[in-house]
Amino acid sequence: MIQHVSRRDFFKMSGSLAAGAGVAATGLVPATAQAAPVNTGTNLPYPAKAIGKLGGMKVNEPVTFTYPDEASPCQAIRMGEAVPGGVGPNQDIVAYSVLCTHQGCPTSYDSKDRCFKCPCHFSIFDAEKRGQTVCGQAPTELPRIVLEYNAKNDTVTAVAVDGLIYGRQANVL
Amino acid sequence: MAKAKDRIALPPVNAQKTIMTCHFCIVGCGYHVYKWPENQEGGKAPNQNALGLDFRRQLPPFATIVSPTQQNVVTGKDGRRHNILIVPDKECVVNEGGGSIRGLRMASYMYAAGTPTGERLAHPRMHTGDQWLETDWDQALAIYVGVTKKILDNKGPRELAFDTFDHGGAGGGFENTWGTGKLMFTALQTPLVRIHNRPSYNSECHATREMGIMELNNSYEDAEVADCIISIGNNPYETQTNYFLYHWLPNLQGSTVDKKKQWFKGEEAGAARFIFVDPRRTPTISICEAVAKDNVLHLDIQPGTDVALFNGLFTHVIEQGWIDKAFIAKRTKGFDEAAKANKMTLEECSRITGVSVAKLKQAADWAYKPKADGKMKRTMHAYEKGIIWGNDNYAIQSSLLDLVIATHNVGGRRGTGCVRMGGHQEGYTRPPHPTGEKLYNDQEIIAGKAMMYTAWGANPFQCTNNAENFRNAVTRRSEIVKDAMRRARGASTQEMVDAIYDAVANKGGLFITAINIYPTMLAEAAHLLLPAVHPGEMNLTSMNGERRMRLSQKFMDGPGSAKPDCLIAADIANTLKAMYEKEGNAKMADRFKGFNWKTEEDAFNDGFRMMGAKDVGGVIHSQGGDTGKLATYALLAKAGNNGVQLPIKEVKGDKFVGTEMLYIDKFGTDDGLAHFKPSPWNGLLAPVQKQKDKYRFWVNSGRINEAWQSHYHDQFNPAMKERWPMAPVEISPADATELGISSGDIVELYNDYGSTYAMAYITEDAKPNHVFMNFGHYNGIQGDVTTEAVDRNVVPYYKGTWANLRKATRGDYKSTVSFKSRSYAF
Repeated sequence: MIQHVSRRDFFKMSGSLAAGAGVAATGLVPATAQAAPVNTGTNLPYPAKAIGKLGGMKVNEPVTFTYPDEASPCQAIRMGEAVPGGVGPNQDIVAYSVLCTHQGCPTSYDSKDRCFKCPCHFSIFDAEKRGQTVCGQAPTELPRIVLEYNAKNDTVTAVAVDGLIYGRQANVL
Repeated sequence: MAKAKDRIALPPVNAQKTIMTCHFCIVGCGYHVYKWPENQEGGKAPNQNALGLDFRRQLPPFATIVSPTQQNVVTGKDGRRHNILIVPDKECVVNEGGGSIRGLRMASYMYAAGTPTGERLAHPRMHTGDQWLETDWDQALAIYVGVTKKILDNKGPRELAFDTFDHGGAGGGFENTWGTGKLMFTALQTPLVRIHNRPSYNSECHATREMGIMELNNSYEDAEVADCIISIGNNPYETQTNYFLYHWLPNLQGSTVDKKKQWFKGEEAGAARFIFVDPRRTPTISICEAVAKDNVLHLDIQPGTDVALFNGLFTHVIEQGWIDKAFIAKRTKGFDEAAKANKMTLEECSRITGVSVAKLKQAADWAYKPKADGKMKRTMHAYEKGIIWGNDNYAIQSSLLDLVIATHNVGGRRGTGCVRMGGHQEGYTRPPHPTGEKLYNDQEIIAGKAMMYTAWGANPFQCTNNAENFRNAVTRRSEIVKDAMRRARGASTQEMVDAIYDAVANKGGLFITAINIYPTMLAEAAHLLLPAVHPGEMNLTSMNGERRMRLSQKFMDGPGSAKPDCLIAADIANTLKAMYEKEGNAKMADRFKGFNWKTEEDAFNDGFRMMGAKDVGGVIHSQGGDTGKLATYALLAKAGNNGVQLPIKEVKGDKFVGTEMLYIDKFGTDDGLAHFKPSPWNGLLAPVQKQKDKYRFWVNSGRINEAWQSHYHDQFNPAMKERWPMAPVEISPADATELGISSGDIVELYNDYGSTYAMAYITEDAKPNHVFMNFGHYNGIQGDVTTEAVDRNVVPYYKGTWANLRKATRGDYKSTVSFKSRSYAF
């Protein structure tokens, strides 16, 4: 899947990345462009669901929504700088199922170190590294909600899930 | 691996269901293996799937765990393909349905061509001098046994070195320790044997056993009812996960108070207090502090000063009168001598350990000061590699046990016990070592001794101490043999045996065989690789850290012609027997008899069950005790994932009656008394002190939850390689800033012994001048900078070395690896 990024947004993004990371934009852009494309590895009938406007998202404050149905709580976060899998003009918006992949307890987002943490068995997931398990018992990373961003109406839309949501045989019930 | 990341196939109600104890750590969580034809699938309704769960709607937390990592598709020797799903057993008293990040990967780690486990050894491989040749067992055995026999006949058994597992779980088990032990000790009779994780053949708990106390002496339930747990050199969230989560933590949280009141009527009961002795702040400590900060104490002693700590506390409790004088008089001996030899004031203790007198007093109050009702506290002491691989293992265990015995925290009171936490499961049944010598095998090999080296389920290149020097010596000596093999062009099998023999007998070569499930790092130097199987591909028995014995049932075929280790041992012995019979040497042939096993159950019946049998001559050492004969595969299968706690007391009907706690009335000495052992503080072992004087950083080493006893698979698993592509080394922010190191950089650690590389992981939990490096990783070997220092029984001080540190290169891990804090805090 290809990200819909306007030309103006593209230059804005590469400029801010170069300044922020102190790395030549020419070296970084292809890498992030590779990281961003979505590969769900599935043909489950995922719905497309708008979860909000980028303009309404504050940096490092989670936005709660459900996806792909009402029984699956998720959070989206605008990280403020590009992260692997991030979408939007700054490639900084990510979203995850908040149910711990270990035993299904709802994790909480810790804005201090930008990780989701599970109070039941203490698994920690890095929101800035595709939900990677930092430490803990979770057998897989936190399921990543695959997002698309439409610059025309500033809308972030959930379109699929990468990883199995806890407590399901398949993500779409 | 499962085909899709966002769904799994459910087992149909008629799926085959067998029992499996987790392959990896000592806790041995119980799982069920479901197996069914690939083209079938259970439905989502609870009556349509074997789990009996309603997958038509979102399951609540704790309903089960079914992650894609728990699923695989396996192919039998008949070509039929089956789905497998390996799910934690809710009825298992060990894990109560919980799964660890390691155990939940078991299915992914079963053999399936085209997946990471496709790297498994499927057939024997022989090095021809310049390439590997996949061969058959007849050819491989002809070479292995041919060289063995020639050395045995001409030079004697001391030239046949072995490095072998002695444990349970994957890569071990009662069947396989017996098969290998009978071959090495009864048949070949070689003394030059080391254990997979240490350079000699010895116990890691020598002192405590001499004192009459075997190291696994209580039950996991005792941790639920202790007043206090002292955890020493031990990080149980990461290394005994479900024991910690299901049996320790509820006690800290106060949720076992009712149980305490029920068990100990009329005795004061409250939430437990935990005391951690560790120079490093571990993830376990962070979790305990997050749960109940006021009930957690961290004694962050200076590295290697454990003896001083326990001697200080021992002296203090004697002065305070917090010892059990009646118990000491009735059930122990040697108290006065130990009290005198170990005497140390709290001030002196504080000076050496770096822990304040106030903290020492607080620890003593929590652990040993009688309760308000006058009753003695029930304090459990749990230790692991911080002591076992610490500064003089023998001395530390002696000083710890002196304190434990004096305060009656071993010897039958529930809620007490002094236990090692353990690494692998246990599973030891072997004949005794033929000479009882404690040879330092690695040093023998470095010095050019031994002609043949068999690494059996062991990989010393990655896991020994002083590893770089050992690896270099082995590689050099291996090359001599490879060179001889290269030159033996067109050689018949016998001519090849002769060429190898000439290289090892006359030119300083070392002929190396690795028996394993993968070609490990040792394969770089090996000449022969023999393929083994692991649990699930064979029936295997082991016992966990509370002596709970379970059967893991075979549910699939191993790759190619891979075999159980016990049957490989039998093949070797039977081939030797036939060769000696052929040449009319009845005396030697007789040494190799008794291996006519067709299955692993035959080996189990011959070893584990025979110790207590009346008609068996000779001695067998077995953790099963002399009632092992009561255990059968049939009864163990019925006992399921709860098995039985050894030793077995009796069998009632078809149920075992086991043993929850040892030493209720007498200890494991000839006189039945616990023996105190004087153990004065003697400073650091000399080679370590020398490194400390020269180098800046203490290089601590240890394990990581996600890759604990599982690196041998993880090195092929893309997800694990992404998380831990290289051994991480924790560095304090201050040191990192000073040396210009950032997380993800590759750093070099170096000292007089060698140099190694690791991935920098900067954390505020690390103290300045202390670093902590992952042990046993396939990419970055911590053992390269450890010394040859060992205690009097040749147990190494793996945790003790000093080195310098520098940034080597920026590396490329920053973009893929998380470097967030692994401590739990909110």
